[in-house]
Amino acid sequence: MKKSLITILVIVVVALIVIAQSTYIVRESEQVVITQFGKPVGESVKDAGIHFKVPFIQTANFFDKRYLEWDGDPNQIPTRDKKFIFVDTYARWQITDPLQFYKRLTNERGAQSRLDDILDGETRDFIAKNYLEETVRTSNRTPISSGAISEIVEDSLVQINVGRDSIQEYIQKSANLQSQDLGIEILDFRFKRINYVEEVRTQVYERMKSERFRIADKFRSEGQGEASRINGEKERELKSIQSEAFKVAEQIKGKADAEAAAIYANAYNKNNASRELYSFLKSMETFQKTFNSETTVILSTDSDLYKYLKSMD
Amino acid sequence: MAEFEFDWDKAKESFQKIVKNIRLIIVVVVVLSAVISTFFQVGAEEVGVVTRLGAYNRTLESGLNFKIPFVESVIKVPVERQQKQEFGFRTTSVGVQSTFSKRGAEGESLMLTGDLNLADVEWVVQYRIDNPYNFLFKVRNPEETLRDISESGMRQIVGDRTVNEVLTVGRAEIAGKLKVLIQEISNDYELGIRVEQVVLQDVTPPEPVRGAFNAVNEAQQEKETLINQAKSAYNKVIPRARGEAEETIQKAEGFATERVNNSQGEVARFNELYTEYIKAPGVTKTRIYLETMQEVVPKLGDKIITDEKGGNVLPLLNMSTKSGKAINQ
Repeated sequence: MKKSLITILVIVVVALIVIAQSTYIVRESEQVVITQFGKPVGESVKDAGIHFKVPFIQTANFFDKRYLEWDGDPNQIPTRDKKFIFVDTYARWQITDPLQFYKRLTNERGAQSRLDDILDGETRDFIAKNYLEETVRTSNRTPISSGAISEIVEDSLVQINVGRDSIQEYIQKSANLQSQDLGIEILDFRFKRINYVEEVRTQVYERMKSERFRIADKFRSEGQGEASRINGEKERELKSIQSEAFKVAEQIKGKADAEAAAIYANAYNKNNASRELYSFLKSMETFQKTFNSETTVILSTDSDLYKYLKSMD
Repeated sequence: MAEFEFDWDKAKESFQKIVKNIRLIIVVVVVLSAVISTFFQVGAEEVGVVTRLGAYNRTLESGLNFKIPFVESVIKVPVERQQKQEFGFRTTSVGVQSTFSKRGAEGESLMLTGDLNLADVEWVVQYRIDNPYNFLFKVRNPEETLRDISESGMRQIVGDRTVNEVLTVGRAEIAGKLKVLIQEISNDYELGIRVEQVVLQDVTPPEPVRGAFNAVNEAQQEKETLINQAKSAYNKVIPRARGEAEETIQKAEGFATERVNNSQGEVARFNELYTEYIKAPGVTKTRIYLETMQEVVPKLGDKIITDEKGGNVLPLLNMSTKSGKAINQ
């Protein structure tokens, strides 16, 4: 009884081991290369699910089927116009031929290292071959003017011939050519970050600063100029308003004087009698206006007044 | 420390008990784990992706679901949850007043503009997983991949614009363009995500040049102030001068009217008098003369009367005692 139980147990265990050895599960994100004593046999397995192999002799080597990442080291590279920049790149690649991949690179570590060599080299070449603008810019679009500031610092972009997109594409293409027998394909390659190296950055900051100060000075002087203009306008207008008013007022007064003179002359200058009466009335008026208690009058006996006084007797 | 004595006998006894019931225990454990791994719940914001022996089998909606134990496994993917990635800063604590830190994220936000200046751009990408199958099985590290796409995309877009554009008018446009670009590349990669929104946060000049940029703003303000001051001085003076001019003219008009009216009045009076005067000139003249004298003479101060040869009185007259106003008739 006990013996038979042990036998069954042994059989079950052996059977389990054999089953485990002769099957393997390929997950959705994986692909498998079967090797026999280290040598690949048959086609690679790309379908997910359970699969069979010869137990003990054959080994299943799993590889990722998905887009895999590659992240470049930030490299310091001079551009064609001798500007030193840091270029940080990334790529996405895929194991397209696991069999070849296994033969050439064995595992992902090997692939990453090969990709480092290829992509870093290509990046270096293409960056060095092009002006900085070409790696920064993509198209020759016309920038939107940003108002007042752009009148001073022009919102213009240099014409480019290649452009970022194309350089990325060239690098990708060229790298794919070099890696075509590795069983991998670089699906996308892009510049992640491009930046000036420290010393250049300081220079750029200085340039940006001086540019801004130039704008600030322009604004300030524009303000002063405009203020002076308004001030001048004010003075001019003030003088013109005042003198215009004076002119008009004097004209009006003059006209009135003339009119009055005409009226007087018309009345007083009719004939001798009227002239006589006028001068008489005027002298009487003068008496009234000029004589007061502080006036001392010396009347001679032959004066007109006295004559009247005398005649009163 | 509490004393603890290990009771070997008791332990042995219970171990034997376990051995005796080993089959039962195994069966119970197996059944229990089968039940537990059969039923599972998919949350409201998730879907469950079921794989059978590694291969994709089906996608389950939220609710209570079951699967074949040991053969099938489930991965839950939060497809309804809006997720976000931050670039150039990190939210350190979320709350009514969230706090942000820039540490470790400086390199993400500093970028070259098309005119080879530098700008510091911070942004947020909000996205949702819209294809759980692609998200799980097409790209390794999809989140990291999205970050890479987003960083390179932002630099591509900013690289095509001037620093002025990036800092001022271009903001909304950049966000819109980046959203489209990220989505395009994600579709190429079959990343299984949908970009909901790209939000630009702080877009500033880099720290070392910020002072200079502020100086521009200040100068712009200064310019406005100078102009406004000049305009205000203008407005203070000119309308007043206009009013004063109007006043001067009005006064002159008044003077003119008065002058003419007065002359007309005087002339009318003169004419009336003249009409009468002409009838009897001598009498009228005498009458007026005497009336005037009646009025004038009483008001006079000293009156000295001399005969026609009395001229020699004059030298003796002390004129200084009086006002000195003398009229020799």
